[in-house]
Amino acid sequence: MSLNMFVQHFINALGLGALYGLIAIGYTMVYGILRLINFAHGDIFMLGAYFVFFATIQFKLPWGIGVAIAIAGATLCGLLVDRIAYRPLRSAPRISALISAIGVSFFLENLSVVVFTGMPRAVVQPPWLMHPILIKSPSFGEIRLIPLGLMVPVISFLIVGGLLWIVHRTKPGLAMRSISYDIETTRLMGVSVDRIIALTFALGSALAALAGIMWALRYPRVEPFMGIFPGFKAFIAAVFGGIGSIPGAMIGGLALGFVEIMSIAFFPRLSGYKDAFAFVLLIVILLVKPTGLMGERLEEKI
Amino acid sequence: MLDIQNLNIWYRGIHAVKGIDVSIDKGEIVTLIGANGAGKSSTIRAIAGLVRGFKGYIGYSRSQGKPVRLNGRQPEEMVKMGIALSPEGRRILPQLTAEENLRLGAYTRDDKEEIARDIDYVYDLFPRLKERRSQKGGTLSGGEQQMLAVGRALMSRPDLLMLDEPSLGLAPMLVGEVFDIIREINRQGKTILLVEQNAFAALKIAHKAYVLEVGTITIQGTGEELLQDPRVKDAYLGG
Repeated sequence: MSLNMFVQHFINALGLGALYGLIAIGYTMVYGILRLINFAHGDIFMLGAYFVFFATIQFKLPWGIGVAIAIAGATLCGLLVDRIAYRPLRSAPRISALISAIGVSFFLENLSVVVFTGMPRAVVQPPWLMHPILIKSPSFGEIRLIPLGLMVPVISFLIVGGLLWIVHRTKPGLAMRSISYDIETTRLMGVSVDRIIALTFALGSALAALAGIMWALRYPRVEPFMGIFPGFKAFIAAVFGGIGSIPGAMIGGLALGFVEIMSIAFFPRLSGYKDAFAFVLLIVILLVKPTGLMGERLEEKI
Repeated sequence: MLDIQNLNIWYRGIHAVKGIDVSIDKGEIVTLIGANGAGKSSTIRAIAGLVRGFKGYIGYSRSQGKPVRLNGRQPEEMVKMGIALSPEGRRILPQLTAEENLRLGAYTRDDKEEIARDIDYVYDLFPRLKERRSQKGGTLSGGEQQMLAVGRALMSRPDLLMLDEPSLGLAPMLVGEVFDIIREINRQGKTILLVEQNAFAALKIAHKAYVLEVGTITIQGTGEELLQDPRVKDAYLGG
């Protein structure tokens, strides 16, 4: 493979990996606090994509406003999912909340089929994001980049930096870290645990929505089941990176993005197995290091 | 300040506390002593809001005002009302640094400068914590963790400080040190409710004491009286 092709694939992998990472963060944060796999998370991603589609293409709003509406709408949905499906089950056995999560996921997918119809819809990308930039250099050869390809990883990394700042430098972040170790003691410190959990869902959902929006720009269509596979893969990324760890989720997402893109780049005949690589990666990490790359401890994983 | 009447608590189907009355006046150190499973922890946890579905009356008045009924309130509300609990087994958050543990204790407060001052105050009380301030809680020794747990409870500026078994698992010398500091905190104006199995150490500093046996108060009096009481001597002070 020529160097310029490699750079092309590298940037592509960076973008895909960053999106997996953004979604994975929502899984890992909720799991870190509640020991719950929020199966509805992939569907919040899908809703984010739909909301931006309706705002910008149906209602012709500018992209900036559309993105804000989509993130706000999906965040609200994430909060409702927690309030309705998970909070009543806080003191129930963990398996009940897990089943509730699966139920919510099916509900959101099928509700979307009813409301949005099952037909995939095309997303019209803003032209300035797609306008190719040619970079020529004697050592590289020619590289074609579109602004979107660079924007996705840059925004993702900035957001993750901001999130790490919230978790490690602010009071609600301190409460989040504390809840993930010991809920009862955290309450004794005067923390309203339900409010911090809601904040966690809000942050996770906003990130999923953002990922959904960027996904819809990269692969320009939306449909009700579009969240399932990215959701699964992001969950694998979270496990790979060490579930509960935010940097781990990003690293896991990037690793997955690179495995997927590079294996097809180097072995084009394997492209039919694209979706299988994630699961192979999952099996390998569970065999070799079940806590994931950055995971510190292993509690019941389902 | 705190008035408990006819408190009944059921814990995992067992009638753990059977109609006890306890009263705490402002400025006192009051101790509940008794063996494991006597109902001491259940009582203190009920006051802190961690136990659901108990019967009886728990009334609390912060200053001169009318007492408020505490039954059925959430633990986080209690903290705002000026009641802090340093729980049994210390419950330090192992992955947070010592200082983050203290900051968490001040969670209900927003007065940054005063919080910084209180952190310094805790470091004055427990100089060893200052050396360990940026170390993870889980790496501290048992004694240091206990000091951190007491300091953390102080960070909410409570009127009533409740300590559940602060001597648990500490070397005898450290027990003395911790109890000296508890007495010092009391002298500075905090009311203290102390639950202890180490009856001797607790009675020595307590103004008022209750002996709990299988959920009932069997003996009560001043700390001095109970130290001299032959029944207490026999059962709890090793004859």
